Amino acid sequence: MRVIVDTEKCCGAGQCVLVAPKVFDQRDDGIVVLLDAAPASELHAAVREAACVCPGAAIRLDEQA
Amino acid sequence: MSTESSEQVLDYPFRAPGPLEPAEEWAKLRAGCPVAHIRLPSGDRAVLLTRYADVRQLLADPRFSHQLAQEGAARIATNESGTVFENEAAASLVDGHQRWRRLLNKSLIAKRVSAMQPRIEAMTEQLIDDMTRQGSPADLLGAVGFPLPVWVICELLGMPGVDRDKLAYWSNTMLSVSHYTQAEIDAAQAEFARYFMAHIAAKRAEPGDDLLSELILAVDEGQHLTERELMMIGQGVLVAGHETTSNMIGKMMAMLLADRARWEQLVADPSLVRVAVEEVLRFDANAGFGLPRFLSEDVEVGGQTLPRGTTVICSMAAANRDDQAYERADAMDLRRSPNPHLTFGAGPHSCVGQALARTELQTVLSVLLRRLPTLELAVPAGSLARREGLLVGGLEGVPVRW
Repeated sequence: MRVIVDTEKCCGAGQCVLVAPKVFDQRDDGIVVLLDAAPASELHAAVREAACVCPGAAIRLDEQA
Repeated sequence: MSTESSEQVLDYPFRAPGPLEPAEEWAKLRAGCPVAHIRLPSGDRAVLLTRYADVRQLLADPRFSHQLAQEGAARIATNESGTVFENEAAASLVDGHQRWRRLLNKSLIAKRVSAMQPRIEAMTEQLIDDMTRQGSPADLLGAVGFPLPVWVICELLGMPGVDRDKLAYWSNTMLSVSHYTQAEIDAAQAEFARYFMAHIAAKRAEPGDDLLSELILAVDEGQHLTERELMMIGQGVLVAGHETTSNMIGKMMAMLLADRARWEQLVADPSLVRVAVEEVLRFDANAGFGLPRFLSEDVEVGGQTLPRGTTVICSMAAANRDDQAYERADAMDLRRSPNPHLTFGAGPHSCVGQALARTELQTVLSVLLRRLPTLELAVPAGSLARREGLLVGGLEGVPVRW
């Protein structure tokens, strides 16, 4: 799995940080910081949840990668 | 407004059959009339969206704000000073572009809110101590739900605990559509403004370890925030963060206790709390008015073109029950995940306080599960009374025993 974040779309809600703190963090202004672009398989479920619930639809996943 | 047609115009908001139940109109409108014509309490006309895809699309569209204080926009109520949506502070809070909102966002980012969790937990414990000392039965909303968000806001803004009750009254009044007279609303706004200006001056003289002091010292675009901008923050945080969260704590507990199996499921497995809170947020049918959007240009939504100048009301609660978006949308599933509900809006204007609200809800639920596993409603769920006259849906009380 490869994770791609779009900082333009990010609205700083922080849902991803609450759901998958090992993969996502926030800058001081709330914008997403990707900690791990290729998360281990045990984190995939949380990453999928984070992508799905992101209010800005700013997280894209490439499941093939 | 020039939305003339032979179509039926529905009076909005709708009346639901019970305090925790959805209005019957929702399912009908989602199925047959996704762009419905409605009449607001002011008599002005607007359009109502109820489908998940439509509500999400419009809320996430960065072109439109919910600022109704502009020429041609529908008025929600007839009060002169209007509602939270015509209130500059609260309106710009959701607008995202002002530098003070940017600074506030920074202070409320998820990881900072997470750092506040132990304090929120301690405050929750204290409120539950007070409630249990008085003995069973008690009103959980009055004892915990109503005070906790004010305590949190007081702490956030560095206000003395003794001012909590005053703040609660002001925020309650400022958010009213028809509960208070215009004179009461004006007086509350003036008193709060006076109080908060004095508070800013005190913090300026002697900064503390709180969000307001931090914002006073913050520099953005080479400048400090003005008195007026700080005032906007104070008012915005109070009106947007108090009543909404209080009501949601009350409704969360009512929904979870209305069916004992839900409560018992959580007592047996408290690790479900995070996911359960999301489902409670999705399932809330007594969610209030919805979010307005004023169309500054034509937009296509739900297969129709809505003309520039239309006021649109997005019903997130109706959208959250859309079976095109959710399997078994009308069932509460405390394990439902992922759960991309629209309760906090979507896109760049989504709720700036959502991490804080989530943390408060999760904390209250966790502490209650641990402290009072035998908790139950002291009245039948159907007899809980709705709060009237507020934009944000809520209950009058949540009587419980343990």
